[in-house]
Amino acid sequence: MRSDTRPALRPRAEHWVAPLEETPLREVDAADSSTTPRSLWAEAWHNLRRNPVFLISAVLILFVLFVAAFPQLFTDQDPRYGNLAQARQDPSAEHPFGTTVQGYDILSRTVWGARTSVTIGFLAMIGTTLIGMVMGSLAGYLGGWVDEVISRITDIFFALPLVLGAIVIATRLGSMTMPIVVLVICLFGWTNIARIMRGAVLSTKTQDYVMASTALGASSTTNLLRHVIPNAIAPVIVTATVNLGVFIVAEATLSFLGVGLPSTSVSWGGDISAARSALRTQPMMLFYPSMALAITVLSFIMLGDAVRDALDPKARKR
Amino acid sequence: MIWYIGRRLLQMIPVFLGATLLVYGMTFLTGGNPIDTLAGDKPISPAVRTQLEAQFNLDRPFIVQWLLYLKGVLTFDFGVGFNGRPIIDQIAAAFPATAKLAIIAVVVETIFGVAAGVLAGLRKGTVIDTTLLMLSLLVIAVPTFVIGFVVQFFLGVRLDLITINVGRDPSWINLLPPGIVLGAVSFAYVLRLTRTSVAETMTADHVRTATAKGLSRGGVVSKHILRNSLIPVVTFIGADLGMLMGGAIVTENIFNIPGIGTLLFDSIRDNEAPMVVTLVTLLVIVFLVSNLIVDLLYAALDPRIRYAK
Repeated sequence: MRSDTRPALRPRAEHWVAPLEETPLREVDAADSSTTPRSLWAEAWHNLRRNPVFLISAVLILFVLFVAAFPQLFTDQDPRYGNLAQARQDPSAEHPFGTTVQGYDILSRTVWGARTSVTIGFLAMIGTTLIGMVMGSLAGYLGGWVDEVISRITDIFFALPLVLGAIVIATRLGSMTMPIVVLVICLFGWTNIARIMRGAVLSTKTQDYVMASTALGASSTTNLLRHVIPNAIAPVIVTATVNLGVFIVAEATLSFLGVGLPSTSVSWGGDISAARSALRTQPMMLFYPSMALAITVLSFIMLGDAVRDALDPKARKR
Repeated sequence: MIWYIGRRLLQMIPVFLGATLLVYGMTFLTGGNPIDTLAGDKPISPAVRTQLEAQFNLDRPFIVQWLLYLKGVLTFDFGVGFNGRPIIDQIAAAFPATAKLAIIAVVVETIFGVAAGVLAGLRKGTVIDTTLLMLSLLVIAVPTFVIGFVVQFFLGVRLDLITINVGRDPSWINLLPPGIVLGAVSFAYVLRLTRTSVAETMTADHVRTATAKGLSRGGVVSKHILRNSLIPVVTFIGADLGMLMGGAIVTENIFNIPGIGTLLFDSIRDNEAPMVVTLVTLLVIVFLVSNLIVDLLYAALDPRIRYAK
């Protein structure tokens, strides 16, 4: 079976190509024109709704938010009422999770602690995302010396661990309050968002549609706000979601080191570190707040993973 | 390449200056008189106070103190701590424990993280993959200090297998549990990064070609998949060296190891600015150098990367 059965090469063609009449366009090659094409976000939402990881994490997060909003629905005990006569009790009808060495009801501490941790996590996430997006988009979009300056500032804050900065500020101020904890986390936690935003803006600003917008006379501010940022924001949202979980852990770590919220406030971090000395006699003191914290953080990380998969065009090809 | 290294070294200078200035400013400007902390409950005479302030340059403006400090650093004179011992001696005494701890953490996270990540990535969607992924999520979600407590309590107190209080001049064996705890979170991140990267590389054309030309499975994995998947992992481990120091504060606190983390925590508590700034400077240098090495490793791992201007 040599070349006699093979049709002659087309002019200038280096490979033998089947003539069109032999392999005509079939139905599979047709573009579906019956529906309007979905946007990136509509497509992502379409995929998310079918992802069990997303559904599980969304339900868990909604539950935690509900607990944080209405803690009194889950317990009728006062988390700040310590009754030493009832210290270190095993679970009972009155105290379903038992009591701490100080006679606090563990269930109510765990339930009310959700509010503190979730509030700090959310505010810190919003703050770091705003700072990071502004810094990152300015650096990426303007380039030149602005980029150089912002990138070096980012490097400086990136090189200093959050815990270290927080200890310095906390020891100076003496006592921490919720707004200060949030500010400290914002101050040292924005760098990864800034780096991601910068990278995303750098790759977005050279796209054809941005150039078309410039050609149509759009100002660079309009371009940045209308075209570059909306199209570069996907990886930022993913990181911000994961960051929320990381910040909740960071708050707990500060409490553990004794530079977090004062012991009068009810937070998971504070309760976990208080449980250290009672590990032998009342391990449930460690178990319940740790469990609550871990589940919350886990659901935000899982949510981030699910959103990333939904937004990633490579993974989206079914 | 020389130009690239030179430019990177130049870029390190402003970061170095900025980080020390930031920490110096935070330690000084936010109030608190270090001499009061030094004196403690004992009353201190004005003459002694003036003399101490002069000795530690506390009577000068903050920016002058910083410049004097920088001058000291450049001449390798780090000064004397508030307890009278040279700062460099104190750091040298604390350094070995933390260095060992960091080495254990990095080795554990790299070997186990990459191995588990490759395993999960090659078998994406199977039971092994799901189990490893859940394990990594759990390690990330549970704070390091809780893992530390639990390890210390069950392996140390209950089973008496490990040393609870590691103490001074620790041996490698005693440092193994705290080192593993320190590396645990990074292990989870390395696992996840490697898994994603391996799974992505597996579908690449050159891997299919390698398989098609008859290369064994092991050959494909080690020569074509692993090498191409390692770039994000190497980046992470490089940046992680700096992060480990933050973690070392926690781990050394739990297992009572007198290392850099403990020293840093104590000197921040005691308002001992020269010590804090020296430690942070050291930390920033470690961070910058490890990042530089990472960037140079890129070229070794990926010949496509060229450092054009």
